[in-house]
Amino acid sequence: MNERLMKWAAPIGVGLVVLILWHVLVKAFDVPKFLVPGPLVVLDALIADWGLLFNSLLVTLKITFGAFLLAVVIGTIVAFLFVQSRWVEMSLFPYAVLLQVTPIVAIAPLIIIWVKQPTLALTVCATIIALFPIISNTILGLRSVNPGLINLFRMNKATRWQTLTQLRIPSAAPYFFGGLRISSGLALIGAVVAEFVAGTGGTGAGLAYQILQAGYQINIPRLFAALLMITVTGVLLFLLMVFLSRLALASWHESEVVHET
Amino acid sequence: MSAIATPTAGAAAPEVVVDVRGADKVFANGTRALLPVDLAIRAGEFVTLLGPSGCGKSTLLKMIANLLTPSSGQLGWWRGGFDHVGEPGKKLVMVFQDATLMPWARVQRNVRLPLDLAGVPRAGADARVADALALVGLTGFETNYPRQLSGGMQMRVSIARALVTEPNLLLMDEPFGALDEITRNKLDADIIQLWWKKKLTVVFVTHSIYEAIFLSTRIVVMAARPGRVLKEVAIDEPHPRTEAFRVTQRFAAYAKELSELLAEASAKGATDL
Ligand SMILES: Nc1ncnc2c1ncn2[C@@H]1O[C@H](COP(=O)(O)OP(=O)(O)O)[C@@H](O)[C@H]1O
Ligand SMILES: [Mg+2]
Repeated sequence: MNERLMKWAAPIGVGLVVLILWHVLVKAFDVPKFLVPGPLVVLDALIADWGLLFNSLLVTLKITFGAFLLAVVIGTIVAFLFVQSRWVEMSLFPYAVLLQVTPIVAIAPLIIIWVKQPTLALTVCATIIALFPIISNTILGLRSVNPGLINLFRMNKATRWQTLTQLRIPSAAPYFFGGLRISSGLALIGAVVAEFVAGTGGTGAGLAYQILQAGYQINIPRLFAALLMITVTGVLLFLLMVFLSRLALASWHESEVVHET
Repeated sequence: MSAIATPTAGAAAPEVVVDVRGADKVFANGTRALLPVDLAIRAGEFVTLLGPSGCGKSTLLKMIANLLTPSSGQLGWWRGGFDHVGEPGKKLVMVFQDATLMPWARVQRNVRLPLDLAGVPRAGADARVADALALVGLTGFETNYPRQLSGGMQMRVSIARALVTEPNLLLMDEPFGALDEITRNKLDADIIQLWWKKKLTVVFVTHSIYEAIFLSTRIVVMAARPGRVLKEVAIDEPHPRTEAFRVTQRFAAYAKELSELLAEASAKGATDL
């Protein structure tokens, strides 16, 4: 059996089965659509409310990508600073962990008060959530250099800069891309969660706002449609990261090499 | 690294490349890895450090490479010292047990690495890489990634990377230890040819008696607990050597002498300590 085909066909098949089952069960038990709308009803809502939902999607995407980019830039810089010396890492890493374990829901209201501009406030919240995997993975990567290669560079009198660019960064790349995968998903989650916390008092434009509104109005099909958009966005984001990582590592790294069997 | 004036042993004796004088090593954790060693390596020799694991072979080799300083005693290199690579002068280069290649770089770039790091211009460097790859029989594999090569071929890349610096002294720490015997014999034959052709000086570490006899002009036999040099055995067999040497009476006689020496030392060590 063609494995590459199966890789796509199998999950899509599962999805179709679930959709059909969903449709059949909703129909069979005559579930009212304000409890569980069938897939076709959701599709209807998606088409009918497309203008509204799509605008919200753009807002959420803007926050997600903004936060993701910020997390990548800040996370990478922090990681590079940390690996410069054990002392820096030892004294600062606990605080990076602190950032990671503090529930964003708890500090989001503060940030929203401090940062006046709503979109920016949400972006900051999402960044905090997305930051940690980039920092920890990049540090791990920059540190897990083959000791033999370090010796080799040292014997060849490589400068610090040469060792960084020609040895540490390429060694860190697979870890960095692993961090990107996790972080991109977290940026989306962060964008949605932050907007929930900000509530209707926020900009009132993102997908989370639409979900809240739809909930108040018991417009469950629209709620499902908004949810669907978030999920699809998450999956696409993940696939984008997989694609980027493959682009960068395919030629050499184990995780991305297509093994012929 | 100060050069020690070479003692002239005979009128025609080649220059001393490395002079180890009473160098020993006690590691920070108290491990006495090596009792004081006296050893002079002359230009053009193929010296093998032979002994069981833990006898301090790698420690001695790393001291010769100036990667490790002796606890007492001293080492001297050529008059005027040495340079690993780069600027003119004597060059010393080390090949490790693992190929230690950069997995993200193609063969070409892996071999060129020492030149890149030394800032050798690309055009000249590429020509030297081609020469080095030809020497190890890897012409045509320039664009392969390490993972696309067998263990033996990866080791050849590693050797090419050493040769590209045109070293005067080549140090190898069990370079073929991880390979199967057939591949190892083939690489042994190639390395001895290279040594002959390029007039290299080689210090080679192994725990295989047969590999040591086949390759060496001189074997430094070592024993463990504590790590020390037992004896030096000269292998008086003309070069270039071929596989035929492996099945001669002389080869068998050397093997007998060496294995008795090693067995005796390990038996004594066991009762002494
Ligand atoms: N960095 C180190 N710190 C402490 N002990 C070491 C270190 N390196 C090697 N040793 C010890 O020194 C002895 C000799 O080691 P080594 O030179 O690697 O032996 P060989 O290469 O002959 O197997 C061993 O007992 C080993 O455990
Ligand atoms: Mg060793």
